[in-house]
Amino acid sequence: MLLEVRNVSRVFGAKTAVDRMSFTLDKPGFLGIIGRSGAGKSTFLRLVNRLTGASGGEIRFRGKNVLALRGAEMRAWQSQCAMIFQQFNLVPRMDVASNVLHGLLNRRSTLATMFSLWSDADIHRALEILDRLGIAEQAAKRAEALSGGQQQRVAIARALMQDPAIILADEPIASLDPMNAQIVMDSLRRIHDEDGRTVIANLHTLDTARRYCDRVIGMRDGRIVFDGRPDQLSAAVAREIYGANEHFSEAATSTSIDVLEPGDAELLPA
Amino acid sequence: MAYSIDEFHTDYTRHRARQLATFWTVAVLLLALTWATGQLAGFFRVTQLTLADGSRAEAWVLAAGLPRLGEYIEKTIPVLRVESIGADFAEWFWRWKTWARLLLETVLIGFLATFFGVTGGLLLSFTAARNLAPARWIFWATRRTLEIARTVPELVWALIFVFCFGVGPLAGVLAIAMHSTGALGKLYSEANENIDMRPVEGVKAAGGSWADQMRWGVLPQVIPNVISYTLLRFEINVRSSSIIGYVGAGGLGQELRTAISLQEYTNLSALFLIIFATVMVIDWASEKLRHRIIGLGKTA
Ligand SMILES: Nc1ncnc2c1ncn2[C@@H]1O[C@H](COP(=O)(O)OP(=O)(O)OP(=O)(O)O)[C@@H](O)[C@H]1O
Ligand SMILES: [Mg+2]
Repeated sequence: MLLEVRNVSRVFGAKTAVDRMSFTLDKPGFLGIIGRSGAGKSTFLRLVNRLTGASGGEIRFRGKNVLALRGAEMRAWQSQCAMIFQQFNLVPRMDVASNVLHGLLNRRSTLATMFSLWSDADIHRALEILDRLGIAEQAAKRAEALSGGQQQRVAIARALMQDPAIILADEPIASLDPMNAQIVMDSLRRIHDEDGRTVIANLHTLDTARRYCDRVIGMRDGRIVFDGRPDQLSAAVAREIYGANEHFSEAATSTSIDVLEPGDAELLPA
Repeated sequence: MAYSIDEFHTDYTRHRARQLATFWTVAVLLLALTWATGQLAGFFRVTQLTLADGSRAEAWVLAAGLPRLGEYIEKTIPVLRVESIGADFAEWFWRWKTWARLLLETVLIGFLATFFGVTGGLLLSFTAARNLAPARWIFWATRRTLEIARTVPELVWALIFVFCFGVGPLAGVLAIAMHSTGALGKLYSEANENIDMRPVEGVKAAGGSWADQMRWGVLPQVIPNVISYTLLRFEINVRSSSIIGYVGAGGLGQELRTAISLQEYTNLSALFLIIFATVMVIDWASEKLRHRIIGLGKTA
């Protein structure tokens, strides 16, 4: 078993953000989590990465409960489950290559990380990863000088630098235009297909979920209300997840990502 | 029912009245406080003085004392004549060799103290920031340490260190470094508290340790602030190091002390000019540097 989530909860004061979530993943997959704002999607990903503590439950990765890890063991787990954020969370004033090398912070000595003493091999690998994402020529630029879509690819490169088993992506395309959204989603899908890494992505549109995921989890008020294949996401199910009444329209949860023809993506680095 | 003009008028008048009442209460309180403290400080004291004809009179202390300030300043003005200006200047700055050496010492004390102050202040500023401290008690402990370091005046630290390490610049460096650590630690930690936490989270999520988070998530964001505060501090520290010699902790201060106690008035004005010129030069240079750095941060 790759990942087992058992009865995981997170309570903030009176608010139960994640309410006894359970699901399992027996082999690497591309998993989408959907739900409306406040459903607990971000909180769940942050629980997995240990950015937030859980109030109860277990998350077992290859049998080991990662919620029980402390100190260096916890950081080792964090480096195995890379995180991608809506706002990229790069170090804006630093160059792209250094940002990517931050994926190695947990793998090198304190002395090396404090003074950024990276080996040539490490730098070489960072450039290779950037090249794979089509932004190698940006390596020496400051992260803040890049467009949103490029910054998100730098964040993916940092994640890949960690050589993670799982990539957690919290609304990775929510602040991007349709073109960049597609590049980023395609990159994530390709990383799953080629490297066999698991991707768990919070997505705010049904379209994206249908198009990229093998499996979709729908959350509402911290609970899982749907867990199945994307083709099982009927309008009725969507209503259940989004809690909309008869006026619910699927258009409200879709972006214009579909306006791009599949062929357009070939213009883009794959 | 809509909100009528009349209702608005009543509300507005009430609001204005409340504002005025607050204003006058505060004004009267401040005035009373000023008067009370002035009284304590002897501002309104009446003193006796002897007039030129030998008779005694009573006068308000400030009015009676002000002429004496003029007298004092007058005594420090050297005799400078056009025909012997070179020789007169040489006489005014007769101890220039000692003074030049002590001036260098003063600047060096200021520099080294700033160096140690920056190091100490920066290291402590991370645990002294509410949003970054790894634990509540560590935050509390560093905050208190910084407070103590900057509340004790430099002259008192100097006295303590002269007692410990003897007369000389070492005591001065330590004293000013101590105070700088406290002052800079607070300024830096405030900069730390105002950062964008997203990069810190990015580093943390990648498995970075607390130190990694500070080094890569925080430091790159605050470095322009750190440099700016540091330059400002260097200037303040040079000023302080010119006084600290008063208690034997090195620098020009010892000359000031001698000049004052031996009533060598022209020496005093010479020393004052030297310190003034030095601080001005540092002020000018650091301002240039600061603007360049702030400018760099903006354009790049
Ligand atoms: N640090 C926190 N302190 C208090 N409440 C929190 C905190 N983080 C999240 N919550 C609450 O938990 C609930 C779930 O939040 P979460 O961010 O996980 O939702 P989400 O599904 O990611 O929503 P969105 O689509 O808006 O990002 C919300 O009601 C939120 O207010
Ligand atoms: Mg969210």
